[in-house]
Amino acid sequence: MSFIKGNFLGLLTFKGGIHPPDRKELTKDKPIGEARPPRTVAIPLSQHIGAPCKPVVTIGQEIKKGEMIGEPGGFVSAAVHSSVSGKVIAMGEFPNVMGRMVPSIVIENDGKEEWAILKDNPDYANLSSDELKEKIKAAGIVGLGGAAFPTIVKLSPPKEKPIDTVIINGAECEPYLTVDYRLMLEKPHEIIEGLKVLMKVFGINKGFVGIENNKPEALRAMGKAASETQDVEIVVHALEVKYPQGAEKMLIKAITGREVPARGLPMDVGVVVQNVSTTFAIYEAVRYGKPLIERVVTVTGEGVRESKNLLVKIGTPISQLIEECGGLKDSTGKIIAGGPMMGFALSSLDMPVTKGTSGILVLPEDKVVHTEEFGPCIRCGRCIDVCPMGLMPSMLSIYSEKGFYEGSKEYNLWDCFECGSCAYVCPSKRPIVQFIRLAKSLTKP
Amino acid sequence: MKENTVIVSVSPHIRSEETVSHIMWTVSLSLLPAFVMAIYFFGPRALFVTALCIISSILSEYFVQKAMKKKITISDGSAFLTGLLLGLNLPASLWSLNPFTLHVPIIGSFVAIVITKQLFGGLGYNIFNPALIGRVFLMASWPRAMTIWNEPTAAFLAFDAKTTATPLGILKEEGTGRLIEVFGDRVNLYTQLLIGHRSGSIGETSIIALLIGASFLLYKRYITWHIPASFLGTVAVLAWIFGGKGTGLFTGDPLLHLLSGGLILGAFFMATDYVTCPSVKTGQILFGIGCGALTMLIRLKGGYPEGVMFAILLMNCFTPLIDRSMRSKVFGAVKVKTK
Repeated sequence: MSFIKGNFLGLLTFKGGIHPPDRKELTKDKPIGEARPPRTVAIPLSQHIGAPCKPVVTIGQEIKKGEMIGEPGGFVSAAVHSSVSGKVIAMGEFPNVMGRMVPSIVIENDGKEEWAILKDNPDYANLSSDELKEKIKAAGIVGLGGAAFPTIVKLSPPKEKPIDTVIINGAECEPYLTVDYRLMLEKPHEIIEGLKVLMKVFGINKGFVGIENNKPEALRAMGKAASETQDVEIVVHALEVKYPQGAEKMLIKAITGREVPARGLPMDVGVVVQNVSTTFAIYEAVRYGKPLIERVVTVTGEGVRESKNLLVKIGTPISQLIEECGGLKDSTGKIIAGGPMMGFALSSLDMPVTKGTSGILVLPEDKVVHTEEFGPCIRCGRCIDVCPMGLMPSMLSIYSEKGFYEGSKEYNLWDCFECGSCAYVCPSKRPIVQFIRLAKSLTKP
Repeated sequence: MKENTVIVSVSPHIRSEETVSHIMWTVSLSLLPAFVMAIYFFGPRALFVTALCIISSILSEYFVQKAMKKKITISDGSAFLTGLLLGLNLPASLWSLNPFTLHVPIIGSFVAIVITKQLFGGLGYNIFNPALIGRVFLMASWPRAMTIWNEPTAAFLAFDAKTTATPLGILKEEGTGRLIEVFGDRVNLYTQLLIGHRSGSIGETSIIALLIGASFLLYKRYITWHIPASFLGTVAVLAWIFGGKGTGLFTGDPLLHLLSGGLILGAFFMATDYVTCPSVKTGQILFGIGCGALTMLIRLKGGYPEGVMFAILLMNCFTPLIDRSMRSKVFGAVKVKTK
């Protein structure tokens, strides 16, 4: 049976979506290995959505692994910690994977791996909701699926929006990536414990895990771990394999049937979604007091010699990961931070892995789609059929192409979350997401 | 250094294999069965008229794009498809030297490609179905040549053919009784209409061949059921209610109306043209109903025996309006007011 408890009516899903080849076979059977310790790390002070951190170290200062180097710059912010022990050798603006210059702290690794003192909590199950939240906040945890939204904000909804459902997002619908998949196979109990912590935070006793049906081993492992839990109910749901099944709103619709209002947040319908990696980090923060200083990254693609799942210290240069995977093949066409649907194309490998970096994908030249020359919209409506948000991407792209940026708001420009399904199916190869981003950058919601 | 040559562009970084030219060539391929049957019934004339349309469409596209200093896109198959559809909508009798009517398909192709498509901005920007405008232009300009219908001969090399009225023409002028008389009996009438052994435009007669092509397109999801089903359904219902001549309401013959004229060709291959039909499914259903209603209005009350062509073109006018007023349902839009 592909699901453990719950829905017998078949697989849950949402309306719209696409079926790109998932290419997960490159790394799905490769256990998570630890990446080589980097000589230096460059840790950006802004790795999350929200206010950048304020540095709390100075050049020349000796620091320990896990020590805070940047304190949150506001409510929507997340602390940053050193991923190595060593010495601060530089502070300044360095490029991040999105191509922006961000204030960063460069630390030289002394190789001693000396930890700052962490507070172990074997009886974390007895902590109160506020104590748990304090630990999650102190660990600087953000959403590790890619958006990097500070987790503490999600866990602190206003009083008028009570949370009654927590969902762990194990969909991992981006092709190529196997971060959450490997974690679910290797750390199912820890993830379930993390889910229980989240349920404790909200004082509820029913939780969900959603996993796409193309990951039967993960369904089995998580189902087994879930079935061993006492006193709370955890349901593992098999979801239809479809991109973007892992988008928060789509996942909530599939599992609970609730529709998050347009421009609203999951908390508006009483739901909090956390992805698998984030939940694992929450467990480690609460259980061992461990800050978020490393994450699993899938280094993959037909353009890299040996694909791997690596546990990587935040701030490690991407070039080092590529090297560790045997280097680039000669025909490299594109290097992407994240997955192929929503990731960022890199212009250089001299950029650090951040909390939001779920994968490094190298596409060889023959796999790169050239969209410099695209055709006119033939109004075939494929984009409208696949848009999970029910928008008309064809009209958005036409409006933006002609410079009618304000007009595109009539077509719900700001409801688009840029999943890229429209551009994927477009037979004219129109860069629809690019048109939408252009319109967004020139208008206000 | 490889790093110097990587490509940086906005996500998504992978795309489906589908292309516009693949769609155009596949739709053209789906018309092959009907085309083969047309050649079987109407002889080489059918082939020549259609080929003439295709060649002149492609040349028109080439020269107009050259003249307008645009990129030449004749290889995308859209000019080929327009030529093919125009050819299939013309009578085979146009291949004739005495009286000379070879200029008719050429001018039709020019009107379709240059006036209807390129002058409106090219592929994706035309308001009307180019092939149908081409045909309307010819109907208005050479009404006589456009309504000489060869009798199907099933003799492959027959160049001389008797002319006859189309089933819809007989139906309009002389009624159902006479039509059944011409074909022997009712069962034979339906069978012949299904196979396509009747006079009419080159590609419209063989219903069975058209349906094979249409099922292929439906299976490949190049078209969906929305427009054909609402179009045909409306025709059937209206034919049943109002189709009886002098016998009162609810006595019409829906099957006869479905199988004759250019309805099947129009509903599956012309009304579903991406550019000129609405892109949201609910809008497509409204579009199909409008096409069906106008078709039956013309067939039963108008001056022409057939109304599919005018019905589709009239509904093409409404496409922008339908697209603007019948949008797709935005996720979470219902509760937006509570914010």
